[in-house]
Amino acid sequence: MNPVNYLYLAAVLFAIGASGVLIRRNAIVVFMCVELMLNACNLSLVAFSRMHGNLDGQILAFFTMVVAAAEVVVGLAIIVTLFRSRHSASVDDASLMKL
Amino acid sequence: MNTENMIALLIAAPLLGAVVLLCGGRRLDRTGHWIGTLLAAASFVVGVVLFTDMLGRDAEDRTLSQHLFSWIPVEGFQADVAFQLDQLSMTFVLLITGVGTLIHLYSVGYMEHDERRRRFFGFLNLFLAAMLLLVLADNYLLLYVGWEGVGLASYLLIGFWQHKPSAATAAKKAFLVNRVGDMGLSIAILLMFTTFGTFAFGPVLSASAAGDTSEGKLTAIGLMLLLAACGKSAQVPLQSWLGDAMEGPTPVSALIHAATMVTAGVYLITRSGAIFNAAPDAQLAVVVVGAVTLLFGAIVGCAKDDIKKALAGSTMSQIGYMILATGLGPIGYVFAIMHLVTHGFFKAGLFLGAGSVMHGMNDEVDMRKYGGLRKYMPVTFATFGLGYLAIIGFPGLSGFWSKDKIIEAAFAQGGTEGWILGAVTLLGAALTAYYMTRVMLMTFFGEKRWQPDAEGNAPHPHESPKSMTIPMIVLAFGSVFAGGLFSLNESFAGWLEPVTAFEHGHPPISAGVIMTATITVMVLGIGLAYVQYGRRPVPVTAPRGSLLTRAARRDLLQDDLNHVVLVRGGEHLTRSLVYVDHTLVDGVVNGTAASVGGLSGRLRKLQNGFARSYAVSMFGGAAVLIAATLLMRAV
Amino acid sequence: MSSLAAYTTSSGEAVQFWVLGTVAVIGALCTVFMKKAVHSALCLAGTMIILAVFYLANGAYFLGIVQVIVYTGAIMMLFLFVVMLVGVTAADSLKETIKGQRWMAALCCAGFAILLVAGIGNASLQEFNGLAQANAGGNVEGLAALIFTKYVFAFEITGALLITAAVGAMLLTHRERTERAQTQRELSEQRVRGDQVPPLPAPGVYARHNAVDIAGLLPDGTPSELTVNKTLRSRGQIRDVSGQALSDLKALEQRSQTRLGRDQSEPGRDQSDEEAAK
Repeated sequence: MNPVNYLYLAAVLFAIGASGVLIRRNAIVVFMCVELMLNACNLSLVAFSRMHGNLDGQILAFFTMVVAAAEVVVGLAIIVTLFRSRHSASVDDASLMKL
Repeated sequence: MNTENMIALLIAAPLLGAVVLLCGGRRLDRTGHWIGTLLAAASFVVGVVLFTDMLGRDAEDRTLSQHLFSWIPVEGFQADVAFQLDQLSMTFVLLITGVGTLIHLYSVGYMEHDERRRRFFGFLNLFLAAMLLLVLADNYLLLYVGWEGVGLASYLLIGFWQHKPSAATAAKKAFLVNRVGDMGLSIAILLMFTTFGTFAFGPVLSASAAGDTSEGKLTAIGLMLLLAACGKSAQVPLQSWLGDAMEGPTPVSALIHAATMVTAGVYLITRSGAIFNAAPDAQLAVVVVGAVTLLFGAIVGCAKDDIKKALAGSTMSQIGYMILATGLGPIGYVFAIMHLVTHGFFKAGLFLGAGSVMHGMNDEVDMRKYGGLRKYMPVTFATFGLGYLAIIGFPGLSGFWSKDKIIEAAFAQGGTEGWILGAVTLLGAALTAYYMTRVMLMTFFGEKRWQPDAEGNAPHPHESPKSMTIPMIVLAFGSVFAGGLFSLNESFAGWLEPVTAFEHGHPPISAGVIMTATITVMVLGIGLAYVQYGRRPVPVTAPRGSLLTRAARRDLLQDDLNHVVLVRGGEHLTRSLVYVDHTLVDGVVNGTAASVGGLSGRLRKLQNGFARSYAVSMFGGAAVLIAATLLMRAV
Repeated sequence: MSSLAAYTTSSGEAVQFWVLGTVAVIGALCTVFMKKAVHSALCLAGTMIILAVFYLANGAYFLGIVQVIVYTGAIMMLFLFVVMLVGVTAADSLKETIKGQRWMAALCCAGFAILLVAGIGNASLQEFNGLAQANAGGNVEGLAALIFTKYVFAFEITGALLITAAVGAMLLTHRERTERAQTQRELSEQRVRGDQVPPLPAPGVYARHNAVDIAGLLPDGTPSELTVNKTLRSRGQIRDVSGQALSDLKALEQRSQTRLGRDQSEPGRDQSDEEAAK
């Protein structure tokens, strides 16, 4: 088997995650889908690392994880705050900008 | 210590005073005024030390210079903080620090009951520091720094009683009018840089004296310098701030009129003598400005009932004399500076005397409510009287020597021009005698005319404290003897000659005749004033007066002229611009806006406010970008 | 390890890829399409563990462990916490409210996936180097050497980012007290002044249930929302069982009817049942 298959898998996972972001209304699930997209990227980075024979891809994946952790912390805090004030975690409820 | 290194001390002492007093806070309230006075005196002592050192040198070797640091060292643009002390600067240093110290001393008494006295002394020190920087700079850029510093300090001091709206307005006016002049100076400096590639005194002046530069450029620089001098020295057409500047405390008026500020213009023109010598047109403009201001100030001075404003008119007129003399070229520079120094003495004395009178009269300034004060204030009367005799040119006193020389030099200009200038200066001398005699008679002679004011407080005229009278006495000595001392064996001319160049003028009529004429017109002026104000009682309310009197009371309509020409003109210009803006610019802008608005009204339907919907657009955009990239690579 | 770094993968890895890859895709799809957020989170955790296995298979030992510990262990648990906080039973309706959104999303995602796959296929990555050399001194040591030399600035900056994120999260969730805390005296005065002097009734009173999310019944049989915890009330997670008592009774009657009927028809059998029960 060629390791390129990992890349195809990553692409598919990425697309699935993106569709979740676009379709789901629950902010928490949207957030999980974002994590899924990030993980798909990480998978491709690890596969690249193996193809090129150096560890830079893994380093990049590592940094992605750190940034994702920071993002999750802040994002979940925002969701909790939103829920407190609106009693809802729906993305569509936060649409004060609409006409 | 090397004497050259002491030059910076001259400026450092009052600057230190200003910093300490302004930053020191309330704990210095009790001692602040003495700190300020001591530091001004210290600067004077340093000046005297440098002066004695300079006297001990040869005439060619008397220019000292001190390079402090490179301010803006750029390739092709060298601005240094460096000082140059020559005979001209030395004269100014002694005048500024000497008279300045006396005024500090006087202010200790005069401002005794003002709770912001510490700040006042801080500003006075700042004023001295800025003025010293102006006269000690060795290039035009540093001079400009001092020039602006003087403007700032004068703004702060004229508006010192800022709780009075009139004082605040006067300060603003002085600052704004000075800005016009400052613009002239900055343009002159820029022109110098483009013409000579530098703005240090030495290279600029020697280059303009060498005659390699086109006369047109030099004329432009000269005219801009003249504009600057007009602003600082209150010459027509930028004279309007001087009268209003009387709103400041009286010591400030004395400082502005005698030792600092207004003398800056004379210094600038004298310092730039080489430029003016090479640009006869600019020189002619200087003479015209001087002559016009001379008469203008004198006429205003004749009509004012406010003692300080009458003296302000007198200052304008006397500075006019000096500017006229500087415009005469090498035959006049020395006498301009000589008149400046003697004027510094007697005008400071006169202003301090006026302040003393006001101090005793509950700050009343209207001379029609004075009268007969000589009995109540003998010392003030004596010192004011000596200053009076000096300014009208009473034979033997300071003013006589310096003014007579200027009149002689005016005649010596030659041709029709000489005759006209001579006549103008003689007329000015007569007017000076008239208005000063008027001030003298209305204030110190005649019946007492003061009455209780609305609250029933009658003034109790009394002599001022020692700290005020001592400076007046010292200045009175200066008013009496300085002129004679300077003229003795032409010592002053010999002293200044290496810097300003000096030639003897040759008037078409003999000097004796001119002197006789001067004395005659002076006596005529005194006589006329005596007939009008000495023999008849002075009415307490001013009579309506002739058209000229009324105009002169309104400063010869200078403010009205400014209003009509500048304010109205500006308003009309603005209105027309507003019209263009409303119809043309707004039309285009509004049309664009309306069409964009219509378009967005349709486009906004796409904006439904749901984040997910926007995310789809973003994601679709990203997909399109990737497709484009892949296509480009495929192609 | 050497086999992982070879130019072609072992057949074992191929099997692992095809099996686990399928599971990962199914997990991802479930994440998107499960109605309840808890189920989504669990599916995502599963997908992530599979990805961790893939990392290990690709020679990224450190990342594989980190993936399990940090992602699956910490981040997903954080998600679960928030899900609990927000309301675990709140099920999403998957009905779309924005016109055309679902079609557009599907189109975009499908297009995107096709583009990516086409791009990868186009790049003709038929050869690869393997990590044998890079991992020779150990994967963790190799990573550490890179992180603390070449990427040290990025490393420091991500540290600052983490701290900022922590502080930001605290700021966001911290509620500023806008008024003075009330003393016990004030609270009691307030209570006396209001219409509820005694403590609030407990849930489940006069009912057959005593779960916290069930409103207690008043003597006349109507449920009182006051008895349910404020948090549950605000989430709207109150189970209404006011009708249950009646339906239960009806069901009991029904049963006893049938039993009676059966009793009449087959008494002997019923008796033997009773005897057996004894």
